[in-house]
Amino acid sequence: MLAYIVRRILYAVPILVGVNLITFALFFFVNTPDDIARMQLGQRRVTPEAIEKWKAERGYDRPMLFNPEARGVQKLTDTLFFRKSVSLFWFDFGRAEDGRSISHEIRLRMGPSLAIALPMFLVGLGCYVTFALGLAFFRGTSLDFTGVVLCVAAMSISGLFYIIGGQYLVSKLWNLVPISGYGDGVQAWRFVILPALIGVVGGIGASTRLYRTIFLEEMSKDYVRTARAKGLSERRVLFGHVLRNGMIPILTGVVVAIPALFIGSLVLESFFGIPGLGSYTIDAINAQDFAIVRAMVFLGAVLYIVGLLLTDISYTLADPRIRME
Amino acid sequence: MPFKPVILWTDALIFLLVAAIAALAWTVRRDEHLRAPWAKVARSRSGMCALVVLTAFVVTGLLDSLHYRPRLEGTGGAVNYGAEVRSAFDALADGLRTRTERTYSAPLATHAFSRESIERAHGTQAREYPRLRHGGAHLEDPHGERWPDVGRKTLAGAGLALALWTVLAMLLAALLAMRHREGIDGALSDLVHGCTEVPWRAMLLTAGALLAVAGPVWVLAGSYHVLGTDKVGQDILYQTLKSIRTGLVIGTLTTLVMLPFAVILGLMAGYFRGWIDDLVQYVYTTLSSIPGVLLIASAVLLTQVWMDNRPELFETVSERADVRLLFLCLILGITGWTGLCRLLRGEALKLREADYVQAARAFGVRDARILTRHLLPNVMHIVLIAAVMDFSGLVLAEAVLSYIGVGVDPSMISFGTMINNARLELAREPMVWWSLAAAFLFMFVLVLAANLFSDAVRDAFDPRMRSSWALPAALRPAQRLRAGSA
Repeated sequence: MLAYIVRRILYAVPILVGVNLITFALFFFVNTPDDIARMQLGQRRVTPEAIEKWKAERGYDRPMLFNPEARGVQKLTDTLFFRKSVSLFWFDFGRAEDGRSISHEIRLRMGPSLAIALPMFLVGLGCYVTFALGLAFFRGTSLDFTGVVLCVAAMSISGLFYIIGGQYLVSKLWNLVPISGYGDGVQAWRFVILPALIGVVGGIGASTRLYRTIFLEEMSKDYVRTARAKGLSERRVLFGHVLRNGMIPILTGVVVAIPALFIGSLVLESFFGIPGLGSYTIDAINAQDFAIVRAMVFLGAVLYIVGLLLTDISYTLADPRIRME
Repeated sequence: MPFKPVILWTDALIFLLVAAIAALAWTVRRDEHLRAPWAKVARSRSGMCALVVLTAFVVTGLLDSLHYRPRLEGTGGAVNYGAEVRSAFDALADGLRTRTERTYSAPLATHAFSRESIERAHGTQAREYPRLRHGGAHLEDPHGERWPDVGRKTLAGAGLALALWTVLAMLLAALLAMRHREGIDGALSDLVHGCTEVPWRAMLLTAGALLAVAGPVWVLAGSYHVLGTDKVGQDILYQTLKSIRTGLVIGTLTTLVMLPFAVILGLMAGYFRGWIDDLVQYVYTTLSSIPGVLLIASAVLLTQVWMDNRPELFETVSERADVRLLFLCLILGITGWTGLCRLLRGEALKLREADYVQAARAFGVRDARILTRHLLPNVMHIVLIAAVMDFSGLVLAEAVLSYIGVGVDPSMISFGTMINNARLELAREPMVWWSLAAAFLFMFVLVLAANLFSDAVRDAFDPRMRSSWALPAALRPAQRLRAGSA
């Protein structure tokens, strides 16, 4: 098992290198640091000296890949690629446009993001599985049909509608929770509950429908027929057999999303003023702060790869038939 | 000429797509074996009703894709064309475009939404709701006459719709009668009782419902703002109708961009195996491990900077916005091909062991020919299902991206920009709800129709995977995008 995990981790290395190369190409070749400087300084104050000063202040005044003026190994290390891109590997994200350390901000903002995303994930999973199992229980009836129709309708509504409508209804009209913001400690739940709830509602259509199909597929299998044949009640069949076996693809399917919970959700956080990583990214996008966006792209990829790794491991745990080759 | 035709980049691609679909339809028509699954789609009631609605949207979108620049009047000998690019749809809905108010007005209102200071005739000032410039301007006494007038116009519109619908139904009956070589009475009775193979009755009812909404709106739009006006006084109905094209372009052109990557690389990886397979797998794993929204956001931001630094490339504002839309489609396509590619690789791995492929190889058929003649036709159903299923996700994604600020150009009307502009209006007192409601409603109808149609297509083409198991959700780019952002 350990050897398997180590091998999977080693597989992830070339992918991370690829991600790093893509971000470097995207952020430094499509637009050179000169272009970025021109954009950040605005059209009026652009002089060659100002651009050079801007670049020097932020450490962009180096050659891209190879520095012929430096000595020895510094020919490679004293370059933009090494300083700005390779350094991402040891999570040295550098500084944002306003001079603050990005790593520090990320550590600070992980908590609020997780406070929204974790309840959303757990409650959502519980709700979707419950609904899907209910629909599967009533399969073929008009209740099932109505449920599926509602799912398709819910899938067709923009996520923005749930956010805008939910905030208006619950916070403004009914005055139940604050409209936006965030508090520390115990007070946080008042700010967390609405965005988490909206996140759950937003995913209800697609997930319920998907899980319903998984359960139905499971129900058409032979072991279910055997269970029925030996006289088990439908309830026992459903909870004892179908639910347990259906949860395997569902759980292994959602494992990939667990590490990404740290990043939070972009729109929800920015709309509810939650100081998490999602709103951090949105603010960076709006301010065109490329250092932050680059850091988040890399961090997101790392977390996704960790998620894939967890998925592989959970597969082997859930299903012993899968060989660890 | 009174106008100069303008073919924007996206227009050209849209018409290319239309031509491709027409060519595809023509091939399918001639081939019994290709026709069978489509005949199954045609028998699906929900699918065909959705198709009627989609057709209405597509016609609007296509009309909005015929662009031109109107000729300017009175410039002597020299011929000058306006800098503003308009479309055939703009020409049809000229009233909606030009009849702007000063600021907000509620749906069907005759007076402005907020009080303004008005100079009275004898020099005193008063704060009251001023009359609108166009909304209900024909009424002498708006308070008493408005609702009777709206009622009359609605009835007139409904009558118009009924007349049109009757003509449509009769034409259809005549067509069916001709095809089945029976009397028109028989065809009509089949139609009424719903015992035709294609669910014509349901389709007619859907068309009737559409007409019943469109007719009154058409008549009312002549003298009112049916869905109100926005902050700068532009008609909301006009904006929502214009948004349709943007949504359609994003939903279709992105797929057009993504298909070559997914099909060529996926098939090659699965067929050749070896280092090609390793390379393709490496590329798509790397690309798909970057969270979709972040990759799209950074790519859009960077093209934006690139375009800002090169203003000389674009002649008009529309051209600039159009190129940005094209870039958005490109970016969505390049970040979104990985899921389909993975599926196609798996399918090609299976197919290369099939007897007919082995036989072709034994006969010494060249690889390129095997790929195009034997593999490609046998994965087309997967490609089609993916293309149809991605559409609705992409329309929804556009709204989210424009809302984040990395979507279409702010000057381009789209559902996303409408929602973005209206996001703070709910906080006003009293609230301005109509522009959000209109954008969400139109988007909902479009996406719902697309979802229903794609379900019908999937059920017809992939009997093994009935109802929602065709593409694992996590692999679908649009799903990934939605999961990550909303």
